[in-house]
Amino acid sequence: MDLKGRRVVAIGEREGVTGPSLKLLAESAGADVVFSVTQCFV
Amino acid sequence: MDLEDQANVNRLAETSGTDDMVVLLGQPDANSAGLFAETVTRGDPTWAGPLAGVPLGLPVYHVLEPEIKEQMDGDLYDEHVGLMELSADVDEIIKWVAVCRD
Amino acid sequence: MNPLGPTPAILHASYVLAHAPDLVRYGSKPVREIGRDPSLLPQVTGSLRPWDEVVAYPPNQVFIGNLVPDDLASIPRPWYENRIDPAGSEGPFGRMVTQPALYGLMKLCDDFDLLAIDGELADQAGADLADFDHRRGRITGVDPAELRAMAEASNGLDLHQDGRRAGFIRTVHDQDESLSASVLLENLVCKATAVLAVSDLLRRARLAAGEIDYLLNCGEEAVGDRYQRGGGSLSKAVGEVVGCVNATGSDVKAFCSAPVHALIAAGAMVAAGVHRYVVVLGGGSQAKLGMKFGAHLRSGVPVMEDCLASMAFLVGPTGADGDGMGLRLDLAGKHPIGAGSSPKAVYEALVVEPLVRAGLRMTDIDRYAVEMHNPEITEPGGSGDVPKTNYRTLAAMAVLRREIERGDMDRFVAERGMPGFAPTQGHIPAGVPYLGHALEAMRHGSLDRAMIVAKGSLFLGRMTQLVDGVSFVVERPGSRPS
Repeated sequence: MDLKGRRVVAIGEREGVTGPSLKLLAESAGADVVFSVTQCFV
Repeated sequence: MDLEDQANVNRLAETSGTDDMVVLLGQPDANSAGLFAETVTRGDPTWAGPLAGVPLGLPVYHVLEPEIKEQMDGDLYDEHVGLMELSADVDEIIKWVAVCRD
Repeated sequence: MNPLGPTPAILHASYVLAHAPDLVRYGSKPVREIGRDPSLLPQVTGSLRPWDEVVAYPPNQVFIGNLVPDDLASIPRPWYENRIDPAGSEGPFGRMVTQPALYGLMKLCDDFDLLAIDGELADQAGADLADFDHRRGRITGVDPAELRAMAEASNGLDLHQDGRRAGFIRTVHDQDESLSASVLLENLVCKATAVLAVSDLLRRARLAAGEIDYLLNCGEEAVGDRYQRGGGSLSKAVGEVVGCVNATGSDVKAFCSAPVHALIAAGAMVAAGVHRYVVVLGGGSQAKLGMKFGAHLRSGVPVMEDCLASMAFLVGPTGADGDGMGLRLDLAGKHPIGAGSSPKAVYEALVVEPLVRAGLRMTDIDRYAVEMHNPEITEPGGSGDVPKTNYRTLAAMAVLRREIERGDMDRFVAERGMPGFAPTQGHIPAGVPYLGHALEAMRHGSLDRAMIVAKGSLFLGRMTQLVDGVSFVVERPGSRPS
């Protein structure tokens, strides 16, 4: 899956990789992050 | 998945289509990653949220998957994912996300 | 450390679990889901555990101190089936109370006639509740007809006991959501459970309530009316019931990390000589009862978020009562705004930086207490084993720092971690449930140093994407190599 030019929905988690982190990473791959969120289960 | 977030993903899919959309996950364990992957592919398995019975069929990948990793900036990846690469059960997470994707 | 001021210590800890099966329906998640599908209510009530099973539940026994966390590690899952027999509701630093006792506590904390209970429940409540002689007269009942009339005449919520309507909490102001029955219920149970934790704390410390100078509440309730929702305070309200006549107080709000913020602040107050004795307290979280009930029902396990939890800690000068553990303010850690939110950045800031500052290694800490959520509650919903994830991350951090080999990660987790045993009650599980155990272990000389690490999900309030975190180290007096 080539992320470049794709619209990415980033669903992160506080104890794993957060939404803002996934956004940075996806953008570094040339993706357009249209939604990012961090889930907290507790 | 949080009900508000399900609604957001659903709205995005409805208003602008799913053609070039990819879901990227960052959960630290396989069960949780699998649950999210299932929600955006076959629909909310808990039947609680807006994606219940809505099989969006979105391509879903975990940030730990090699084909995703290789596209990302290496330094950023080390900083944001390096620790989880070491601590998480990477194979298991990839397996569960792949099950939902395929 | 301030060479002139006292060295602060955590002197005592106190924990309470209040069994609240009939309040589960008023948890945030159950209210919404049952509102949508009323057939869920009998399913929920049918999956709740009786008092005896709640008492005998191994994680609860750890929470009140009758078992140590290492005991729990050797009890096979599911813990709800492998109950402790015999099990007592009193522990060395905590206790469990029945639902009637909880209603009784709410009555004696009710200064505005918010709550009415029937005579039968009042009798039961009084019988189940020792202490509080000066306020026990408030635990009075009304007859069922009067209760019914009250419920018909005003907006509010019915309260139940043994399958019947046994009480009512009223909405104070129909146009003010902050004074609705549901919000007042949240605040009143928080106050009531905190009162018991503080009262028990002072009894165990053999300290007169009048000796307390300052109270710091760290609960997650939002006290106030519509003009200052959440801006109010519970500290003095709790202190008043317990008789802390010489104390004032304020509240520290920082989501789940608030207790650790509050303990650091309390230690600083003691060290600076502003106050001699400070109590940090936090009451139970009504909103989180039954939070994962859907997953529990689907998995065929009991609805286990059935207790309100509360806690209180006494912070004062080291040596004041010959007991306690040193609160190393020089090893306090914080997650600064500019640090970034990657796990690596968070743990560098919270764990590594304070240790490096003091010339210590991660392996110089005997035990870490992180997010101590009971995995049996979180796993059915796909939320994983939160403490285990945290400990694995800490171990990975030690590998990256070349303190341990990669093959030693499991051992690091087993030796320096512990299984989660705290109910999912918001601010309660973040590191601090271990403080009671740490005190006991240090008294016995089996623990020298522990680090308490708490994180908070600031992003939940939609005002920032940031996470938060703070940490401190506690130390057995005299254990520090000179």
